[in-house]
This record gives sequence, structure tokens and C-alpha cells, in this order.
Amino acid sequence: MGSITLEHVNKSFGGVTVIPDISLEVNDGEFVVFVGPSGCGKSTLLRLIAGLEDLSDGTIRIDGADVSKTLPAQRKLSMVFQSYALYPHMSVRGNIAFPLKMEKAPKERMDAAVNDAARVLNLTDYLDRKPRQLSGGQRQRVAIGRAIVRQPKAFLFDEPLSNLDAALRVNMRLEISELHKKLKTTMVYVTHDQVEAMTMADRIVVLNAGRIEQYGTPIELYQKPANLFVAGFIGSPKMNFIEGKEADTFGAATIGIRPEHFTISDAGRWTGTVGVAEHLGSDTFLYVDVDGIGQVTVRASGELPFAHGQTISLDPIESRIYRFDAQGQAM
Amino acid sequence: MATRQTQVAARLMMSPAVLLLLAWMIVPLSMTLWFSFQRYNLLMPGMEYFTGLDNYRYFFANPSFWAALTNTLVLVGGVLAITLIGGTLMALLLDQPMFGQGIVRLLVISPFFVMPTVSALVWQNMMMNPVYGLFSYIARVFGVQPIDWFSQVPLFSIIMIVAWQWLPFATLILLTALQSLDEEQREAAGMDGAGPIPLFFYIILPHLARALTVVMLIQTIFLLSIFAEIFVTTGGGPGTATTNLTFLIYIQSLLQFDVGLASAGGIVAVILANIVAIFLLRIVGKNLDA
Ligand SMILES: Nc1ncnc2c1ncn2[C@@H]1O[C@H](COP(=O)(O)OP(=O)(O)OP(=O)(O)O)[C@@H](O)[C@H]1O
Ligand SMILES: [Mg+2]
Repeated sequence: MGSITLEHVNKSFGGVTVIPDISLEVNDGEFVVFVGPSGCGKSTLLRLIAGLEDLSDGTIRIDGADVSKTLPAQRKLSMVFQSYALYPHMSVRGNIAFPLKMEKAPKERMDAAVNDAARVLNLTDYLDRKPRQLSGGQRQRVAIGRAIVRQPKAFLFDEPLSNLDAALRVNMRLEISELHKKLKTTMVYVTHDQVEAMTMADRIVVLNAGRIEQYGTPIELYQKPANLFVAGFIGSPKMNFIEGKEADTFGAATIGIRPEHFTISDAGRWTGTVGVAEHLGSDTFLYVDVDGIGQVTVRASGELPFAHGQTISLDPIESRIYRFDAQGQAM
Repeated sequence: MATRQTQVAARLMMSPAVLLLLAWMIVPLSMTLWFSFQRYNLLMPGMEYFTGLDNYRYFFANPSFWAALTNTLVLVGGVLAITLIGGTLMALLLDQPMFGQGIVRLLVISPFFVMPTVSALVWQNMMMNPVYGLFSYIARVFGVQPIDWFSQVPLFSIIMIVAWQWLPFATLILLTALQSLDEEQREAAGMDGAGPIPLFFYIILPHLARALTVVMLIQTIFLLSIFAEIFVTTGGGPGTATTNLTFLIYIQSLLQFDVGLASAGGIVAVILANIVAIFLLRIVGKNLDA
């Protein structure tokens, strides 16, 4: 069991308030991702849950029990750090066994747990190596191994994949998702990469300057962003925002159209010239200068024969236009 | 910087320094070696002749030799034990956030800047004097018979003085090492359930191993040749209680004017230093590998 509840959590460093007031509920077994731009307080929030930082105000509950004043070790949570924080002088086996050793677990249980974790994480052949003799992905798995042997109530991950190269990141993303399916333990995962957030999460918390902008499933955030910030943050390439006369015709201060929600036609609503065309094979990204609107990004699937300087005519898909009021809230 | 060209250039540029250092070392060493096989007493100039191993035989036969050897090892071992343990504790203390940290650190380091002769005199006259020293005053406050440090526990007194001088060095090196410990590692250990004591033994101490090794090796080199503190305070006595090898050699060459015998002693000291160094490197040297 591992539900986590934050009630009116506030955190300031000295006089600087980093998190003004956050209330949040993570259900047992859920995979929740905190996502937001750099410096928005994701790590701080995670460290508050872990107990590595003291709360300035508010309450944190784990399984309903107030843990606001409890030491990190007694919260029964495991954390995987961005730097992995492996113990360099211990072997992989020593690292994974360390939490059990601190619990003074019997030797047989320790060995069994280490071997299980190593099997799940494909580390069996590396158990006697030191962390410095491992690759980045293997170190990452050791850190996860150390986290799972304690059978914690929840896992906390702080940008665990940011030191890995792109291919490995996709791999590890899958492995962590599979691990979650297998263990069914609550996971709280911090990232600034919205692709990671979208692919892994059951629910996503979008943070901005220490405030929750929206909390919902990936598809909810994609289909019904609550405001301009979420709309701009979720989705890649970024949503196009159009203000002024065009927006007025839709009765909004700003309208947003995702790059994938255009059709390219012969006599569309807008015409413009192609600035840059990026051909990825599966998709084509066009950066189009539209008269009277500015640059819009268009994503078309498949290979399209457009090049710099060509004239193009576009139609937004009417049903997929997002409308925002003057305060930036969705209408 | 690993192309052949840069390596050759580096060697060329280093060679003057290396040659100078080599000459600096090899000339006195070979002269000492030469004298150690000579019958050579300054009271009988011009009467030098080759005596083979006689000087060595006399040196080893001298009953003070074994006392001096033991004293040297006890002195080095005692000071190392105090400075390594004390230095680790001091470093842990100074690493805590506290008011006036900068000043406190500076004060802790300062004994290292005091000359050995001066610190020995200060200890002898202000701290350990049986009549007006601070320790005897404290003893009297508690109604205890004050100890006459230099006659009752002479070697221990010397160890205290030398340890006081070297403690700041150990503290400083260990403090820097401590500060390089990754904060996330401590936090991870904390979350893994390690309290302060397991944290120290499983995380901090292994992290300090390399620095401890370096402190140990450097100190050993200097401690094998302690002289000033003994010269100023006890003069090697009472009896031979505080005579170490350096001091024994001094007594023989400058008080008995026997250069040949003293040189033999010098060579023995060099060999001893090498044995100790090899021994230490065998035990702790693996900590120095990256
Ligand atoms: N110990 C601290 N003392 C003072 N300010 C801090 C401290 N830790 C974090 N902050 C501030 O709190 C804010 C949030 O930091 P936090 O590390 O949570 O950001 P983040 O969302 O994790 O960013 P990133 O994606 O770059 O890791 C930042 O403005 C940072 O400067
Ligand atoms: Mg962070």
C-alpha cells in the first residue's frame, strides 16, 4: 500500500518561497509524473515527500498517516537520484544489499533479495563489479535495484534518465514502465521531458513556478489543457498560439492549434511560405510564415515534397482549435 | 597530452630539475655511505682508514640502538594514531555548519605554522612544567599530585607535542576530503536507513581512505626524523627514554665526534625509513589506486 497525500504544502528557502501551496493526491499503485520547466520546484517537491527537506507548512500523509515530521528512513520510500548516488567503494552486490544490511536482515533473505533484483534488472553478471566499472545504464539499474530490495511503499525518481543517451533513455523508459506493471508499487517520477511524462505516466502533474497548473491523465492534458501554459508545455512540437484578429473571429483572446491539426490544401484559409522544412521520413515538420499571423509549425505525417521558399496553403481542423481567454484559461 | 612529441618535450624540460634533485640527494648519500666504511673521528683528523663493517657492528652492538629503534617506532606509531583518529574527529566536527566557521577553522590550522622548537618550548614551559605549567595547575585544582611530564612519561610527552603539531595537517586534509563527499550519497544512505554511526563506517570512512593514506605516508616520512622537539625538551633522556634514531646519530657524530659511526647510523636510518615506507605502501597503498 502506498498512497501519498499532500495538504497545503509550503516550502521556502530563507525568504524565498519555492512552493507556495500545493495539495495533491497520489493513489496507491499509481505512476505519477511531475513535469515542468527547470527551476519550477519539481525536485524540491520530491525531496519534501522523501523527507530530505523540512516542510515550511502543510502536511504530508503516506497511507493516511501523517509523516511530516518523520525521518526519511522511516517513511519507507525509496529514491533514485539523478546522479544515482551509488556507493563507489561497494560492489554492485554491496550497493543493492545496503538497505537490507541496515535493517539487519538475515543473510539468506539478503542474498535472495539481491539475486531477485539482479535477475529482474539483468545485473546478474555484474554483481561483483564496482560502480565505476559499469556503463551509465547499468549504474541506473543498480540504483533501481537498491531501491526495490526494500520493498518500499513508493518509489521516488528524480530525473533518473537525464544522464543517458537518447537510445538508452527510450530503453530504460520501457524498463521502468515494465517494472511498474510488475511491482504495482506507487511511483513518483520527476522529469522535465514531456515525452517521458506522456509515455510513462498514469497521471501527470504539470508544475510551473511551484504551482500545479493541471493534474490529469496524459490524454486529458493533451486534449483539454486547462490553460496556455499546459497547452504550450504538453505536445511536441509546441502548440501554435495565435492572437489578434484571427483569434477574435473565434471569440477568444488566444487560439491554439497543434502542429498535427492542420490540413494542407490547395485553397486553404491561410497561405504562407515555407521557411524551414524538416524531413524525418515518418513526419515532415514545416515552419511556415503565414501572412498576418506569423510563424506556425505544421506537422504532416509521411514524406511531403516541400522545400524552403515554397508557397503553401493551410486549413486548421476547426474541431481541434483550443480557445483561451485573456487570462490564459481554456474556454 | 600523450603524443610522443609532448612526452619527449616534457622529459627534456623536467630533466634539469630531476638532475639537480638527483645530485642533491646522491652526493650526500654516497658520502655518508663512504664515511660509514671509514674509521673517521674528528678528534683524530688525518687518520682515516677503511674498516669494513666495523662501524655497523659497533652501531648495532650499542645498547642504545635497540632503545632508539623502539622509541622511533613508538613515536611514529603514537603520533600517527593520535593525529589520524583525532584529525578525523576534528574534521567531522568542523564540517558541521556552525557560527564563526571560518575563524574556527583558521585557529585549528594555526599550530601547524608554529616552529617545532617554539612549540616544544611552549609545551615544556607553559603546559607541562611540574611547578607552574597549566597541567600541574589543573591537577592541583582537583587535588591530584601533578605529574612531572618529562621525567615520568618522557616519550608520551614528546608524542603529545608532536601530535599537537601534526593534528592540524591531518584535520585540514581530511576536512577537504570530507567536503568532497557527494551530498546525494549521504542522503541516499539516510533513506536506506543508515543512522549516523553506520553512515560514518560504511560511507564516510571508505571515502576518507585515500586521504588517510596520504596523511599517513607524508607524516611517517617527517616523523621518522623528529629532532627539534627532543633536542629542546629532554635531550634524549632520561637515559635513552626519548632517544630516537635521529637523535642517536646526532649524539654519536656531534657529541662523540665519530663521523664514521654516525654515518653508519645514518645509513641504517635510511634503510629503516625504506622498510617502513615499503611496509606502509604494501598495507595501504591500494587505497591510492583510482
Ligand atoms: N537549498 C536551496 N536553497 C535555496 N534555494 C533552493 C534550494 N534548493 C532549491 N532552491 C530553489 O528552488 C527552486 C526550485 O528548485 P528545484 O531544484 O526544485 O527545481 P527543479 O524543478 O527540480 O529544476 P530542474 O529541472 O532544473 O532540476 C529553484 O529556484 C532553486 O533555486
Ligand atoms: Mg531537479
